[in-house]
Amino acid sequence: MPSVSFENDSTHIGRMIVNFGPSHPSAHGTLRVILTLEGENIVKAEPEIGYLHRGVEKLGENLSYTQFIPLTDRLNYCSPILNNVGYVLAVEKLLGIQDPPRSRIIRVLVSELTRISDHLVCIGVNAVDIGAFSAYLYIFQVRENIYDLLEMTAGQRLHTSFTRIGGLYRDIPDEFIPICEDLLKDCAKHIDEMESLLTHNPIWADRTKGVGVFTVEQAISWGYTGPCLRACGLPHDLRKVQPYLDYETYDFDIPVGTTGDVYDRYLVRTEEMRQSMLIIRQCIKRLKEIGPGPVIIDDYKVALPPKDEVYTHVEGLIHHFKLIMHGMDIPSGEVYCATEAANGELGFYIISDGGKSPYRIHVRPPCYPIFSSIDEKINGRLLADFLSELGAMNIIAGELDR
Amino acid sequence: MIVERINEAMPGAVVAHSDFRGDQTIVADLSKYLELVKFIFKEGFQLMIDLTAVDWPERQPRFDVVVHFQNLVSQERLRVKIPVAEGQSIPSITGIHKGANWFEREVFDLFGIPFDSHPNMTRLVMWSDFVGHPLRKDFSLDGGDDWCNSDTGTSYAGHARPLAE
Repeated sequence: MPSVSFENDSTHIGRMIVNFGPSHPSAHGTLRVILTLEGENIVKAEPEIGYLHRGVEKLGENLSYTQFIPLTDRLNYCSPILNNVGYVLAVEKLLGIQDPPRSRIIRVLVSELTRISDHLVCIGVNAVDIGAFSAYLYIFQVRENIYDLLEMTAGQRLHTSFTRIGGLYRDIPDEFIPICEDLLKDCAKHIDEMESLLTHNPIWADRTKGVGVFTVEQAISWGYTGPCLRACGLPHDLRKVQPYLDYETYDFDIPVGTTGDVYDRYLVRTEEMRQSMLIIRQCIKRLKEIGPGPVIIDDYKVALPPKDEVYTHVEGLIHHFKLIMHGMDIPSGEVYCATEAANGELGFYIISDGGKSPYRIHVRPPCYPIFSSIDEKINGRLLADFLSELGAMNIIAGELDR
Repeated sequence: MIVERINEAMPGAVVAHSDFRGDQTIVADLSKYLELVKFIFKEGFQLMIDLTAVDWPERQPRFDVVVHFQNLVSQERLRVKIPVAEGQSIPSITGIHKGANWFEREVFDLFGIPFDSHPNMTRLVMWSDFVGHPLRKDFSLDGGDDWCNSDTGTSYAGHARPLAE
């Protein structure tokens, strides 16, 4: 199969078709876009997805509710904890339970850490794609430190599976908070360095300003959410407008852009990282105030009993056995639960018929409607703009194809 | 609240209405679907969040097309369910919500429900000559067909879609 071909019919003389992807260094994951070019201008961009389709929804119908958690890691592998949290919140909504206060604070804390690392990847890789390599090196140091922290909490760097239905897999270790405080100082410094390399850089501005301009109406019509919608000028953030995990009690702001171009999205993401750091500081303060406590719900019909109880008491053993072999008693019904993931609204739609596994589970990935608008966004612009637009959309093929 | 508004403006459109864990759900008739989407768009439900389908093989009609809408002003959410029989098609809402394009293609791909007047009604995540609709309940988890179950020694890459069609 040739990667470049020419259309030679009488009406479109000289149009070139470029096959971008499915494996290309700047195609985030396995994306394929068939670009029709006239000279260097894009006439048509036709995305083709599905190269990473693993049938997550079909698998979910055959797994128990807890067994689905590791699959959520593999949706957006740049921010796995946000997916973990989004999924367990959906199941908890279905069950009608709430996790303990300490678990809620830790969930917010790790979510915001992951949000920072996701935004760092997005901005860093976007800059690398269009040739600004050094900013990437500065901010990937922070990302590495965040992954070290996540490894300390969840035992894994990327595929964390940190949450459980009704709480968390385990509490954060004692060393976590001092290291996290150091990281915040470091992080602020590195983000400032990144800004000094990019924000007033004339080359960065030339390559990003005016690329992918969208009005709010267009963005809503295409189903945009998250930083891409906020960059267009609508202050819509689920953490503010439909709070979950007590986000209404945290003090933070929602940055918005004006034009929705790549540069605005970069500024929105940069400011969001600073706001996330603000939330993390509040979480640390609250964790110190609240002191030690349970991080998983005290209901053995939902969460496994502690190990010493399983080994020493017959009730604990029975509960453990029942929960592993039989599973939870889930009420029949359907819920849709949306959370603000790093790239927009991440929704889980679960239908239960009362059985061990969901009757139907559907994931609403944030980048899916965003990527579907690529033709309208990039039509008539240069091929080089396509790369900066693609990077700023923050497409993760894992959640796009599912 | 929106449910009362719909009942006032379009009597008979809402077949059933339920409220579970704070999620408002309405079941509407297929013939009123497009009119209903236009009406709730005017009422402020302008963000189409999600469109998917559910297969109930024992039931008549067999499928539910489930659409989630959000009102960006009042922050209300609404779930609209449209029962669709096998072989029946449903109007596309891409004229109102452009973002529905891929969601509808995916439902066509994975459930086999065609959408009328959709700009590009082709498979999305599965390849174009794939047989069957994977999210139907009667599609087995291991793929079901010979191609998935046997090692034929042939690579799929040989049949890939040509660049210029």
